[in-house]
Amino acid sequence: MTENYAWAPDIYDVLKDLDVRQVAYVPDAGHARLLKMCEADNAMRCIPLTTEEEGISLSAGAWLGGERAVMLLQSSGVGNCINMISLANTCRFPLLMLVTMRAQWREFNPWQKPMGEGTRPALEAMGVKVTQVDEPDQVGETVRSAGEQAYGWPDMAAVLLHQKLMPVKTFGK
Amino acid sequence: MDKQRADNYELHRREVAKTLLKDRTDDFLVVTGLGSPNWDATNAGDHPLTFPLWGAMGGAATMGLGLATAQPGKRVMVMTGDGEMLMAMGSFATIATQRVENLAIIVFDNERYGETGMQATHTAGPVDMAAVAKACGFPVTATVKTEAELMAALPLIKETKGPVFVDIKVKAEPLPFILPTKDGVHLKNRFRERLLGPDSLL
Repeated sequence: MTENYAWAPDIYDVLKDLDVRQVAYVPDAGHARLLKMCEADNAMRCIPLTTEEEGISLSAGAWLGGERAVMLLQSSGVGNCINMISLANTCRFPLLMLVTMRAQWREFNPWQKPMGEGTRPALEAMGVKVTQVDEPDQVGETVRSAGEQAYGWPDMAAVLLHQKLMPVKTFGK
Repeated sequence: MDKQRADNYELHRREVAKTLLKDRTDDFLVVTGLGSPNWDATNAGDHPLTFPLWGAMGGAATMGLGLATAQPGKRVMVMTGDGEMLMAMGSFATIATQRVENLAIIVFDNERYGETGMQATHTAGPVDMAAVAKACGFPVTATVKTEAELMAALPLIKETKGPVFVDIKVKAEPLPFILPTKDGVHLKNRFRERLLGPDSLL
């Protein structure tokens, strides 16, 4: 567990190296530090979504126009994306999803279980390459590898950020 | 619901598409929603800078947002149907929040799910799509029902600082399929090659 999300600047540095310009998100506490860094960067446009599936089509549109997009979302939001992933799959649009996980480690809320445990199989069923990382010092390079392949091949890639990387959420209990 | 109302609308979607796509230049980028708007655009003339969706229902508007954000110097028009737009009404909020000035969303609103048996959509009932867009913060919105109103809306669609939303009420009518290629990789690559140059495919 890392209280201060020390890995967040590593992701930011990688997104800069990869020249990512559009950061689409439905917020999660696990992404808060990274989002603040992206919001402070004039070369990045941060785009809050009403539902995560908007990020799949937005990413495709960005690529059509010559820009790279990334999605920041929580595992529950992966479920909202499933059919829209057809767009990236069929047309081979690059897709990079950075997913903060729930229901893996000291989870308080059982309502997170179905989608938390369904995240990997659901993504894999849609053809998305899934890599999980649970060591803070491996986060940056894991995102780099996923991003290089996503934009370079192009391919669909999701990095699952293990719940151990986030503080335990206890809802005041 | 008034399930017969759209049988009597004045505007024909195929003619509206031709009007919207007439005399286009390479500064005009088009995304169509799946189904009839795809066939309408293809009937008006296939073009490498038209990306016709064959699936991804609910994705047309936000695809336009990503494209318009990446290409602020070009005009982006999303041409979709009422059923497709109803699935993605949250994207009105997402788009309006971004204040993308170069994006116009056009709905060909025949108040039907045209590909599945012409079942009535919610716009055959109480839903006013332009009012929804306006309430979400679109600075320019209009509902078009006549040829004269269509002519008046053309500058909004082509030039006015947006995001722009125009709901065009079109006659519910059976029409032949006019299909573009369904090879998504080809559609993507030809669009990028025309817009960004051949090096974009390397």
